[in-house]
Parts: sequence; structure tokens; C-alpha cells
Amino acid sequence: MAIKESDIVEVKEPELSFWEKIYLPSVIMGLMLTFKHIFRKKRTLQYPEKRREEVAVPDGGLRGKNYRGLHRLNKDDQGRVECVACFMCATACPANCIDIVGDEAPWPDREKYPVSFVIDELKCIYCGMCEYACPVDAIELTPVYNTTGLSRDEMMFDKEKLLEQYDKTIDIKPRKNPLIVGYSCDYKEQAVEHREKVEEFEREL
Amino acid sequence: MDWVDLVIILAKILGIIGVVKLTVPFMILAERKVSGWIQDRIGPNRAGPKGIIQPFADGLKLFFKEDYTPDGVDKILFPLAPCIAMLMAIIAMAVIPFSGQVQVGERVFDMQVGAVNIGILYILAIGSLAVYGVVIGGWASNSKYSFLGGLRAAAQMISYEVPLALTVISMIVLCGTLRLEVIVNQQIESGWWNVFSQPLTFIIFLTCLFAETNRAPFDLAECEQELVCGFHTEYSSMKFAMFFLGEYAHIIVASCLAVVLFFGGWHVPGLPTGIDQPLSLGMALLGIGIFYIKVWAFIFFFLWVRWTLPRFRYDQLMRMAWYGMVPVGLGLLMINAGIAYFENPMMDSKLRWYQLGGNVAMLLVLLAIVAIGEIRVAKNNARLEEYARGMKTQN
Ligand code: SF4
Ligand code: SF4
Repeated sequence: MAIKESDIVEVKEPELSFWEKIYLPSVIMGLMLTFKHIFRKKRTLQYPEKRREEVAVPDGGLRGKNYRGLHRLNKDDQGRVECVACFMCATACPANCIDIVGDEAPWPDREKYPVSFVIDELKCIYCGMCEYACPVDAIELTPVYNTTGLSRDEMMFDKEKLLEQYDKTIDIKPRKNPLIVGYSCDYKEQAVEHREKVEEFEREL
Repeated sequence: MDWVDLVIILAKILGIIGVVKLTVPFMILAERKVSGWIQDRIGPNRAGPKGIIQPFADGLKLFFKEDYTPDGVDKILFPLAPCIAMLMAIIAMAVIPFSGQVQVGERVFDMQVGAVNIGILYILAIGSLAVYGVVIGGWASNSKYSFLGGLRAAAQMISYEVPLALTVISMIVLCGTLRLEVIVNQQIESGWWNVFSQPLTFIIFLTCLFAETNRAPFDLAECEQELVCGFHTEYSSMKFAMFFLGEYAHIIVASCLAVVLFFGGWHVPGLPTGIDQPLSLGMALLGIGIFYIKVWAFIFFFLWVRWTLPRFRYDQLMRMAWYGMVPVGLGLLMINAGIAYFENPMMDSKLRWYQLGGNVAMLLVLLAIVAIGEIRVAKNNARLEEYARGMKTQN
């Protein structure tokens, strides 16, 4: 796309005024500003005694709804892992820290499920791309920020741990979207349907 | 000189070292607290009530760290550099007068370690030696960041020593003495602290002090963003602590010097001064207390400025020294030398007013020069714009 003449904005360095060139008045103004801050209300939260969840958002509280912390794997209404092992999240992940092994699903309503699903929480940069990518809202980031471990292995979160995380956090962070049901492996039916739609569209043309 | 004198001198030396060493931890705490407050934070508050033992805990931590000497450093100069930095700062305290003369029993003695004739000269000399700590540290580390830091420190010190010396010479010429206690006494007797009659000189002096002590906004020698840590990148454990201590001790010396030269030393109106007759011990201690409070006020100012102003770019730093402060310093020196033509310029109230007038005149000249430059730049810009417009219409 060509850049239009009207889109070009010339940014000029702001001119220093006379008093700014003298320098001293601006220094004094800066000093007054910082001096005022000495007596301001302090924004510090004394962490272990007071937590970000406990205070209001304008005072530095935590936005639980969109905070990007530890992951969880959502369960569907029958308590099964919701993930369909489509590898979308692993592909989207910029840190390459999701490792999935998929297999044929033992349940009739879907084709695949993850046999193992491991996220390396130490490699993860908590960007939330996996959450964006997931077509069935199976993976979500929770507001849990204080995950620790004594070894690297402990920070490799496998499927069990991630599902456990769902039970732990479902109360403080409900699912973002309603549960997706009714997806099926009747892809032939769907394909036929789609084909029909396309043909109809072409006919109209 | 008998043994009592010796004991007194030893006591004074130990006292000064003790006070400096005890002040530095509290300066570090104050630095962290003030930076916290300015940034709307609380600052360290876990170690002891209100974080009071935080610096001691830090010191202990530094003490127990591994004292690592990297390969390829200069084996002699590498450990020497922090010692120089520390030593120079502390021995500069030797000539600072903390209070007036004291009489205990028959004995009269000064409240300074060495009441030498060359007081200010000594401080200037030691002050320029202090940069060797930084330069040698940078050189001996055999690392390019350290080296660049040392290099910058050297260039900066050389540049800023000139205007510093010019302002100090101004004061020497006016006071007619190099003895610091006499300078203070003149301020006490005339009732004019030098800062009131020489505000512009003081501002230049103060700016140079910031540069001399390597404090922000002149901390080019150790700017973290460009040079990792500058000259002390390769140092660890107690060697690093020595650099740190030296740097803060340097600030104390600088504050002392500023208090003596411009803020009347231990003088506050209404208290006995120790000029006509020596002070009693209690009064002298009070004087030292006042001096200490004034020094702390300066230390606070140092911290305050550090957390307010961003660091200069290197060329700005040099330009400010050579284009700004050296000419102004020279101008002030000329004016002050003219005033010093009269008898005893510090004692005469009228001559004090002249000094103030001279300073204000210098400031006005400065403003005028900047204004003229401004007008010329504006004219030039207008011409350029016209030219550019002409080009456009041609097209
Ligand atoms: S949050 Fe980002 S880095 Fe972490 S697993 Fe998801 S996509 Fe990967
Ligand atoms: S994108 Fe969602 S469904 Fe696909 S593998 Fe990842 S978590 Fe499972």
C-alpha cells in the first residue's frame, strides 16, 4: 500500500524556550516536583501481609479477569479434558514451551485428545497466545501469579497438574466463554453442508 | 607538643573516621529511602524498625561474598584502586574545621585535625587525587567497560576541576586566606554567609561538586545503561564496598566543603562563636552538631538531585563545563578580584553588597548572551524557512 502524502506526519523536536535554555529554572521546577512526591501517598503494597487481590484496581489491585498467570486446562461438563489436541496453541506459542502428544479419543464426540500435555512454565513468557489460539477454549491463563518450585521438573506442568489447576481456580476465574458443545466428528456431513452452501452462492452469482 | 596533644590528635582522627564510617551507612539508607519516597514507594523497611539496620545487613552480606579477582587484571593496581578511592576521601576531612576553638582546662585546641595554612589547597589536591581511584580501577580491571568508565571519569574530572578551582579561587581572593577556619570566622564576624553575597558562585561551585563526586546527573563514569557499572564492574565483595564507601565519603567531604565555604560552618545566629574567646566543650559539641546537621542537609540535597535529574549526555556534559561554567567562573573571578582590591572585602557590609551586585550583573550578562543567541537562531531559522518556501514555489 502506497503511503499517501496526507498520512505523513512530520515530527519536530520541540523547541526549547528561553527559560529552558537557561536550564536553571527547569531544574528548580523538577526539584519542586520530586519534593512534592516525597509527601505523596505511597503506592507500595506490603506484599505478604497485603495482596493485590485484596485491594481495588485503581489502588494497584489485580485485574483477575485478564491477568495472565499460570495456565489451566478446562474440563467440560463431564469432567473430561476439553482439549482436542489440535496443536493450535503449541503452534502459536512464541516460546515453544507447549508439548502435546495427541491420540485418538476414547469418546465418541471427538476425534483426538491429548495423551500428555506439558507446559514448561519456566520457559513460558505468559503472553496468552495459547489462549487466543485455542478453538475450543480449552487452555486458559489464570490469575495465579505466585507459582514456585524447587526444581525445574516441578515447573513442568503436565496434564494432571493443569487440570487440577482448573478445579482450584474455577471459582476465582470463571470460564471466559460458555462451554462449546456439539462439535463432532461428522465432518462429512459438515463438508456436504458446506459444499451446498458454496454452490448456492456460486449460482446466485 | 607533649603526649596530651598527641592523644587529642589521635582522638580527633579516630572520631572523624568513626563519624564518617557511621554516616555512610545512614547515607545509603537515606539514599534508598529518599529514592523510594520520590518514586511514591516506601523504601527498605524490613530489617529492623523502619529498615534502620538495612545498610548494616547489606554490609554484612558484602563482607561474606566471595572476593573474586578476575583473570588478567593488574595484580597490584587492582586491589589498590579501592583503597585509594576510600583513603583520599577520608584524609580530605583532615582540614575541615568542625567547630571553633575549644578550651578544656588550660588547653586550647582546634576542632580540626590539622589547622594548616594551606587548607583549601590541600582539599583541592586530595580531591584531584581521588579520581586516581576511579581511573586506576578502570585501567587495572582489564575490561572495556571499566576502562571506558575510568576514561570518562578522568575527562570529566579534568573539565570540572577548572570551574571548581575558579570559584574556589574567587573565594580565596576575597577572603585573603587559604585557612578554612578563618573563612568561617569571617562569615561569622560579618554576619553574612558567603552564599548570600555570592549566589552565582555557589551555584557553579555546587554543580562542579556534583561532577567531582561522580554523582548523578554527572555519574557518567558508572552509568549502568551503557557501561554495566563503569569502573567497578569487575569488583566484588569488600573491594566493591570500599569503592562504595569512598564514593559516599567523598560526598560527605564535598558537603563539608560547601558548608565551610558558603554556609558559615558551625555558625547559627545567636550562639557563641568561639572567636573572641574559646568555647567550652559543650558549646563546641553543639557547634559540631550544627555543622553535622548542615552537612546532612547537603547530603539530602545530593540525594534529591540524583533522583530528580536524568544523566547528561557526554557531549552535553563537556559543553556545559567548557562553554558554560568556565567562562562564567572566569567572569566571576574577574569581578571578585576587582572587589578584592578594597581592604577586607568580606568584613565590610557595603562590599558584600557589591559582591552580590557583581553576581547579579554576571547573571544578567549570561541571560543577555543566551537571549542574543536565541534571537540570532530565530533570525537564521526564518531565513532558512524563506529559502525553503522559495524552493517549493520554484518546483
Ligand atoms: S502464554 Fe504464551 S508462552 Fe506461555 S504457553 Fe501460552 S503461548 Fe506459550
Ligand atoms: S489449542 Fe486448545 S484444543 Fe488445541 S491443543 Fe491447544 S489446548 Fe488443545
